[in-house]
Amino acid sequence: MFSRILIANRGEIALRIIRACHELGIEAVVVFSQADKDAEYVRLADEAICIGPAPAAQSYLNIPRIISAAEIADVEAIHPGYGFLAENAHFAEICRECGIAFIGPPPEAMRRLGDKVCARELARSARVPVVPGSDSEIADENEAVKVANKIGYPVIIKAAAGGGGRGMRVAHNDISLHGAFAAARAEAEAAFKNGSLYIEKYLSQPRHVEVQVLADKMSNALHFYERDCTIQRRHQKLIEESPCPVLDEATREELCKAALRLIQQAEYVNAATVEFLLDRDKNFYFIEVNTRIQVEHPVTEMVTGHDLIKWQIKIAAGHPLDLRQKDIVHSGVALECRINAEDPQRNFAPCPGTITRFIPPGGMGVRVDTHLHEGCTVSPHYDSMIAKLIVHQKTRDEAIATMKRALREFRIEPIKTTIPACLAILSHHLYIKSDIDTTFIEQKLG
Amino acid sequence: MADKREDLKRVKELIDLMIKNDLVEIEVVEGDSKILLKRPQAMAPVVTQIPMAPVTGLAAAAPAGPRGAEPEKLQEINSPIVGTFYAAPSPDSKPYVRPGSHVDEDTVVCLIEAMKVMNEIKAQMNGTIVEVLCKAGQAVEFGQPLFRVRPD
Repeated sequence: MFSRILIANRGEIALRIIRACHELGIEAVVVFSQADKDAEYVRLADEAICIGPAPAAQSYLNIPRIISAAEIADVEAIHPGYGFLAENAHFAEICRECGIAFIGPPPEAMRRLGDKVCARELARSARVPVVPGSDSEIADENEAVKVANKIGYPVIIKAAAGGGGRGMRVAHNDISLHGAFAAARAEAEAAFKNGSLYIEKYLSQPRHVEVQVLADKMSNALHFYERDCTIQRRHQKLIEESPCPVLDEATREELCKAALRLIQQAEYVNAATVEFLLDRDKNFYFIEVNTRIQVEHPVTEMVTGHDLIKWQIKIAAGHPLDLRQKDIVHSGVALECRINAEDPQRNFAPCPGTITRFIPPGGMGVRVDTHLHEGCTVSPHYDSMIAKLIVHQKTRDEAIATMKRALREFRIEPIKTTIPACLAILSHHLYIKSDIDTTFIEQKLG
Repeated sequence: MADKREDLKRVKELIDLMIKNDLVEIEVVEGDSKILLKRPQAMAPVVTQIPMAPVTGLAAAAPAGPRGAEPEKLQEINSPIVGTFYAAPSPDSKPYVRPGSHVDEDTVVCLIEAMKVMNEIKAQMNGTIVEVLCKAGQAVEFGQPLFRVRPD
């Protein structure tokens, strides 16, 4: 087992990893930017190293500084968290070259699955249903039109190097396809330094269902069931739950087994989430794999009782997944609300600022994952997510009641947050029936 | 004469040994002869480019002594990167600067080693070194004060 790990991240996930390290008896070294120097979680680490000014490019994305920090702190492994360098295969390679274990997949597997076109190929060869689409990268607009007409409109144009819901454009006919193609190309170049595009059939009103998988270095892979992340705003998840309320057992089993086949086909190691779209007829289609631990991992932890971060560390240290699939049992219902420093009244505009009052909720079945405290500052330089509120109860109705109660108790002042938006969603009759799709927020909440 | 040729051969052998093993110093004593060879620190190429050294925040002034003198307005030279501090170009050279040394913007004040590369850190100010805040081999983080300087 490692004796010392460096956490190349910040905020709530850094704190999450510090906790897992300390429970495993591992020393946690955290890097921080000048914007985070007064954060309390930094003080919980065994060692903290300042790596730069606030902007991520000069701190949390700065590979030389992070590797230098790992060297002077003499760590054996680096946990990249999510976002930042978590899916940067080049970073994973540098760690390997420097003799530092990267707590995540090997760079080759990360690349294989990180390239969306390649991932679709792998899915096909693993007999995993994919959204009908282009077999490879689309060279130009003429090819785009051919493919779009073959698949049938509407279509969605996506960046091969993209993910996280960015760099995507929908087109309903040949005319709008031209504009959408050019725009998607430009956005992909800008956001991912790679303009490669592919096309998929655009499923209207799908649900988003994803499967949590872990794979060890001995080629054992296990799934930890699914999460339903249909409640999204502009492709950013806001509320997640497990299990998916509309899946029957047979479909659940097929879905989870399909995810495992893909992960094994890719020779993947460590944590991954395989994402699917579910249409109204309960057909599922693979869209992408996230080759990292995800924000919403606590939802799975609550319903299965497994600590996914500890598993990530153990796997990276060479431990086997000493479980059988049938030992992983799913119990009750868990919900998570992402609390973002955003003002729902002003189109979710980000609200940075200093927190003057912070009182998280408690009680049975309530878990709060956050780095926030009174006196700390929400910086404009980073993601606006400031807390995750997770509840776990025996039934979905009870979980919704507990979540609403907990959201009402939660006091974060003076900034605006997405708490009122979450309350509105949880009170909506369509959400309660779970008659929802990914357009829910835009269409039904206005 | 033969001896001299032997000596030269021996020296050449030692030089090869040093280069092959990346040594900076080797001393061989055989009987009553001694050969001492030194070469400049070879493994770490010296780089002169540092992106954006964060200039000096205003330092806490040196504490006023019992003489009750007013504290001076000193400035600090802070580390622009993460790495290991070295005060001198090599283990047995003189340090780049000491208290009392005058520096200008381009004066190299120390080296910081990061990922096997030696980075020359420049003063980026005109003044006199008052205090050296780090020891050779010390790990430094971004923004860590390295020197206190009395600006001109």
